[in-house]
Amino acid sequence: MHAGGISIWFFIGLSLLVNGILIFGAGVWEIVRPPANPVVLFNLHANVWWGALLLILGLIYCVKFAPGRKT
Amino acid sequence: MIAAVAMTVPMTLVHLSTVDIAIIVFYFGLVLTIGMYLRGRSRTGEDFFMAGREMTAWIAGLSFLSANLGSLELMGWAAAAYQYGILATHWYWIGAIPAMLFLGIVMMPFYYISRTHSVPGYLKLRFGEPSRALSAVSFALMTVLMSGINMYSMALVLKVVLGWDIHFSIWVSSATVAVYVALGGLRSAIFNEVLQFILIWAGALLIPILGLVEAGGWSNLRLQIARNASAEYTHLWSTLGNFKDNPMGIHWTGIVFGLGAILSFGYWTTDFLVVQRVLSAKDLRAAKMAPIIGATFKMLVPFIVILPGLLGLAVLPVKLTGETAALATGGHSYNEVLPLMLARYCGPGLLGLGITALIAGFMSGMAGNVSAFTTVWTYDIYRALLKKNESDAHYVAMGRWCTVLGVLISVGTAYLVMSFASIMDYVQALFSFFIAPLFGTVILGMLWKRATGPGGFWGLLAGTLSSISMWAWVKVDPAALRYVALSANARDMAENMYRALWSWIVCVVVTIAVSYLTKPRSDAELNGLVYGVTAIPREAEVPIYHRPTFWATVVAVLFVAANILFW
Repeated sequence: MHAGGISIWFFIGLSLLVNGILIFGAGVWEIVRPPANPVVLFNLHANVWWGALLLILGLIYCVKFAPGRKT
Repeated sequence: MIAAVAMTVPMTLVHLSTVDIAIIVFYFGLVLTIGMYLRGRSRTGEDFFMAGREMTAWIAGLSFLSANLGSLELMGWAAAAYQYGILATHWYWIGAIPAMLFLGIVMMPFYYISRTHSVPGYLKLRFGEPSRALSAVSFALMTVLMSGINMYSMALVLKVVLGWDIHFSIWVSSATVAVYVALGGLRSAIFNEVLQFILIWAGALLIPILGLVEAGGWSNLRLQIARNASAEYTHLWSTLGNFKDNPMGIHWTGIVFGLGAILSFGYWTTDFLVVQRVLSAKDLRAAKMAPIIGATFKMLVPFIVILPGLLGLAVLPVKLTGETAALATGGHSYNEVLPLMLARYCGPGLLGLGITALIAGFMSGMAGNVSAFTTVWTYDIYRALLKKNESDAHYVAMGRWCTVLGVLISVGTAYLVMSFASIMDYVQALFSFFIAPLFGTVILGMLWKRATGPGGFWGLLAGTLSSISMWAWVKVDPAALRYVALSANARDMAENMYRALWSWIVCVVVTIAVSYLTKPRSDAELNGLVYGVTAIPREAEVPIYHRPTFWATVVAVLFVAANILFW
């Protein structure tokens, strides 16, 4: 479904992409400078891989549903 | 805005970092951008109130579910899972799935073919103006009141969890919803609901995943819950043989007949808040598929709501209590289980996404209430009773102003509740009075052509009044619970189930009796409104994997299997 040329899925992709970049960046920063009071299961670095997953999904959606591109 | 958001008070559950606040601010910016972008696409009444009736099954289906997936729903049922165990899942499975499938397969053709704008609009076509007026006025009033109560509750949650000022939370979130719904109408509400749905999953999904890792898998989780609480907390049906055998104090008849057959069918098939999303579908097949898609995801919601509550029982080092005990002891209440689990596993960034999920849930629920209120007010009250022959542009302008007005009334209700907390209980009870009888009226209207206009009106009125009477009876004399809920051991939830069941029966009996005493309408007049006299397009010409009945069967089989698995 398009909003006058821009698909709702593009907006969703944009949201996932920006959130993914911020979360991934925060996760990497925590690896470089570990926090004084880490969360439970900090060793799994959930924000790194979850952020990366959102980033990749967001990128795919942004490209696939980019304004002007035929889907 | 960041500076204002960052002004938190000490003694909060979680503390946000700069990246968390950036994620929240980005979310607000994006929803406003969508609203402004869609303004030019909402010039006609059909655009503004019905989203142009051009939504795909996926968009309508996700929006249908998202309008119900408010943050209070998320936090409230996570708390219920901590308090009552896996029994809370009934509100997602038997309390939703059969009704959603029924809406898609049986009821949607009549809603869709009649081209109605709303559920009260259908009652007008089927039973006449008095039935529409009764349901429209009660729905409009209750919707904005409930919206205000949800707004206040969410602001309270943000104060407890983040230390945000209540007034700040109320005004920023409500102003945002008012702007994007007033600009883009239902289309904007739906687009944002789909975005919010994705964010809710992205923000909440990590908690059960990491929780299961920490607990050592489902089997170990059950053992830990049995040790910390009771083994009954992980059984869905086997403890429902007696009111005393389960923590919820409920019998299986209440779950099956009260919740599964009446309350859930009442809510999912006649509450215009959710039905409006499906009415925006682009064709009948999409309208039938939308509730089935919604049902599929609804079945998965316990993974991000109920499981965190159960995990809280196993892994949290503190014991959660009721609100009163928590206030007295300075401990944490059941309602804080989801934020506590969020703070347990989510570091910077993830925490911001989780909080955004909660805010998104609140805003999608509020936008749902406001857009449904706007449509019912404009089409079923203003146009029907006050100004009949104005231009389409006039009604669209009324819709935009009504959106702002609806939000302001909601804000007023929020402040009223802030001053008189007991009002919340009364308004929530009021809302429940209309759901079950309305289902009785609509289902008889759709499936029984002998039902007449006077029958529909008097049945709806009698069912509603009987529900109010039973509620008042138990309030005045608590011993009456043994009659209303069939047991003195029944708790609040059980009382609600049985009250819904009795009021539905009263509605149906009165509708049938009055209908037989009054003159029926001809078949020609009922064409497009009632089963048996309406030609419904067949599905035989499309491949099986395109047929709604096929997918409804698949979801039904999965629903039965899931119930057996967690028996």
